[in-house]
Amino acid sequence: MTHPRLVTGARLQYDEVREEHVLLVPEGVVRLNPTAAAVLELCDGERSVDEIAGALSARYEGPDLRDDVQGLVDGLSQRGLVVDAAP
Amino acid sequence: MQHPRPATLIAELSYQCPLHCPYCSNPLEIGDDKYRRELDTEHWIRTFREARALGVLQLALTGGEPMLRRDLDELCAGARDAGLYSSLITAGVHLTRERAEALKSAGLDHVQISIQSPDPAENDRIAGNRSFEKKIAAARVVKELDFPLTINCVLHRQNLDRIEELLDLALELGAQRLELANTQYYGWAVANQDALMPSWEQLRRAEEAVQRFRERVGPKVDVLWVLPDFYEDLPKPCMGGWGRAAIVVAPNGDVLPCQAASTIPGLEFANVRDHRLQWIWNESDAFNRFRGTDWMQEPCRTCPLGRQELDFGGCRCQALRLAGDAAATDPVCRFSPHHDRVVAARESAQTDELVYRAIKRPVRA
Repeated sequence: MTHPRLVTGARLQYDEVREEHVLLVPEGVVRLNPTAAAVLELCDGERSVDEIAGALSARYEGPDLRDDVQGLVDGLSQRGLVVDAAP
Repeated sequence: MQHPRPATLIAELSYQCPLHCPYCSNPLEIGDDKYRRELDTEHWIRTFREARALGVLQLALTGGEPMLRRDLDELCAGARDAGLYSSLITAGVHLTRERAEALKSAGLDHVQISIQSPDPAENDRIAGNRSFEKKIAAARVVKELDFPLTINCVLHRQNLDRIEELLDLALELGAQRLELANTQYYGWAVANQDALMPSWEQLRRAEEAVQRFRERVGPKVDVLWVLPDFYEDLPKPCMGGWGRAAIVVAPNGDVLPCQAASTIPGLEFANVRDHRLQWIWNESDAFNRFRGTDWMQEPCRTCPLGRQELDFGGCRCQALRLAGDAAATDPVCRFSPHHDRVVAARESAQTDELVYRAIKRPVRA
């Protein structure tokens, strides 16, 4: 997994009723914490995992997030929610 | 009292359908005048907005055949405006490229196409209609337009032995999801129970085939497989619990806690023409009748496994049909005094003769 993107048909949305971010997929809803939502917003198939981690570290002026981002992307990939944009 | 928030709205847009599947979950009374008085576009779009305000995120546009609604593009646009994720649950026979492109532009998110069997002749025999080739063509168009594709197949004794062909077909079509839905015995399936009930051996082989496929293909195709109720000895949380997760709206606007709830005598269903969905969900008698655990009888009331909040007593319609009381424990449960009726039904598969779903007159293949 080098350039993650959301699986075809997945949609990120903010649920005003429950006040949380959700990933909408065919006949399913994945509830997201704010960190996961921030990572998924950057999973556009253009950025690498390193670039996503770098962008988040810069945004929050935080420590290196690479392992966290990789872990999240791997987890979602195993569930088929994130796929590699490379052919 | 605070009720749970629903996540799914099942919009049965019309009971008209070109197929005649003998396990259809629609009511036997689909030809009644009341179901022919279908909701207007404005009713549906208001219902979508009210559903979102209640917490609904997923919308299933189903039927019958939802593509027979001439305002389907408008309904898809209304769903997107409301913030719902929309799925079209279709037989696929009307899903031409032109129609699919219009639905894509309108904002439809996902398409689910039913297949009755991976074998063309058997598909057409079970559907009571020559439809296989159109379904395959529709699935290809769906993929070309970059919709996520789900293939759905209702499984029973007459097609379960083709499960490997079905898995391969779903993979070849590029389906992201494959719903293997073992027949549930409501609606038209009740009349066909003896012709549809699988053997344990068939189910065991099918489950093994699913397992091998999952190991071979991985998460690329999400295969949903659930053992049918009649081979379980603990009930499932039907609809995620009564009045807990889902709302069904019939073509005429009646609002039900499940697709088969109209079979339960004494339940009155409020209609979206007369009431706001918020009131129907929170206040109406039908949604409160079997909500929570207070209505439960023995053995649920003192469940030895403490499962009241896990399975919510199972299915009310199945309790009615097999125990004669919609408030009884689902006889799938091994603690039900009527569990022997479930065991007996497993042995009943005797005939291959099908009774086809029909609005006017029966159609024989």
